[in-house]
Amino acid sequence: MLKNSEIIETLDMIGSQHLDVRTITMGINLFDCISDSKTVTADRVYDKITRYAQNLVKTGDAIGTRYGVAVVNKRVSVTPVSLIGAASGGYFEIARALDRAAKATGIDFIGGYSAMVQKGMSKGEEEFINTIPEVLASTDKVCSSVNVASTRAGINMDAVRLVGKVIKKAAYLTRDNDGLGAAKFVAFANAVEDNPFMAGAFHGTGEADKVINVGVSGPGVVKCALEKIDGDLTEVAECIKLTAFKITRLGQLVAREASKMLDANFGIVDLSLAPTPAMGDSVAHVLEEMGLESVGACGTTAALALLNDAVKKGGIMASSHVGGLSGAFIPVSEDIGMINACDKGNLCIEKLEAMTAVCSVGIDMVAIPGDTPEEVVSALIADEAAIGVVNNKTTAVRVIPAYGKTVGDSVEFGGLLGRAPILKISGLSPERFISRGGRIPAPLHSNKN
Amino acid sequence: MKAIITVVGCDRTGIIAGVSRVLAENDVNIEDISQTVMKNNFTMIMYVDIDESKATIEGLSALLAEEGKKLGVETQIRNAEIFTAMHRL
Repeated sequence: MLKNSEIIETLDMIGSQHLDVRTITMGINLFDCISDSKTVTADRVYDKITRYAQNLVKTGDAIGTRYGVAVVNKRVSVTPVSLIGAASGGYFEIARALDRAAKATGIDFIGGYSAMVQKGMSKGEEEFINTIPEVLASTDKVCSSVNVASTRAGINMDAVRLVGKVIKKAAYLTRDNDGLGAAKFVAFANAVEDNPFMAGAFHGTGEADKVINVGVSGPGVVKCALEKIDGDLTEVAECIKLTAFKITRLGQLVAREASKMLDANFGIVDLSLAPTPAMGDSVAHVLEEMGLESVGACGTTAALALLNDAVKKGGIMASSHVGGLSGAFIPVSEDIGMINACDKGNLCIEKLEAMTAVCSVGIDMVAIPGDTPEEVVSALIADEAAIGVVNNKTTAVRVIPAYGKTVGDSVEFGGLLGRAPILKISGLSPERFISRGGRIPAPLHSNKN
Repeated sequence: MKAIITVVGCDRTGIIAGVSRVLAENDVNIEDISQTVMKNNFTMIMYVDIDESKATIEGLSALLAEEGKKLGVETQIRNAEIFTAMHRL
């Protein structure tokens, strides 16, 4: 029999500490939609997604009621569209079909307007990448990503150069909305194929036809658990592990139930401490609870490394398949503690870059001045990719060049995307480095066979 | 299905009676009841079995919420699996 204290602990986690299921994401394989006709491909894409995901929102809500825990987002990820549209070249048509299908099924976002070009780009993939800004500007629900590097392949600097342009253009085309287009795009190194979180979710080529991946969250739960700990950092790590275990077990339960109800394969549980702008739901505050005056102080990277590792260790045993990005996210605009630290000048982009070496993703939801040259954006991506490639981990860049704005201003997206103070970025020119193009070779330790 | 009902709010006469009436009307068997005070709030925890119930857990959730409103308390029903998943290996 359960103890009352255990029941109350769970009630507290859900009630006041923002424990929720952040997303149920259905991965849908679109390979059987390929045709050499643009309209036929797009129609098949729309039909398959609306057929497979027709009950996704209803199921997510039903699970939410059954277990009394909010299922915040219901999303779909699809096979990278650069592959599905390659035969017809109908990238725009497919993008519109994705947007319509997302609206018809009532889901929050659809991811997979993506390309994997870590080693090289075909002509079609280059054309595809060039469509991204307009697609992000003309659709509401479509999210996009490009994988520009991997530990096995090195860094495709031609793709890095192109993606810098894409981000600038996406921000420009959506300048009336503070560059929202750029907030729906991620440049990756070592992208994972089963990530349920946006904007970087896509359904990998090695995945089954219909897969359920679940992302749970809970920085608030970890912070509240740490408030009761006065011991050393070993004790802190143990406390985070135990908490992560409990949170992941919830994710496992929901993932199993959702897979069964939707007749889909159970993919993975992604235990990412994903913050929201709400008070009490901040990763930065977890780091501060460990004893830092503010996130950004010396010690921040060490604290984040501890957190990221303990979260993984706690989560691994709690689920039969842990995957996705699993760790701690550090998006600036989506975390009230990070926003405050940036407002006060306590957190700079260089420190954020250092933090990305030990967290689960990268430079995320960071606004930079609108006049930042595209080669600087590319060089920032190259730096992040280098961290990912050398450390054999996923890294990502999601930056928003805010047109007409500069340091001291901020961009406001509202909702889960929050508000981002514009951060200073180095004005020194990497132009010659970026214009060289080519491929940065894979590191020595990638040769493991 | 085993479920756990939690009732949180200010203590007053008739909370158990009100909640129990809704359960009885819907053929829900109460297996255990306990009460405690959490952060100065009256908290009641009920273990129930809803296998014989004519209502679904979603339906019961709505009925209990309605009853809770009348009583001035917050009433929730959850599949017990969520608690065992989080607290038992």
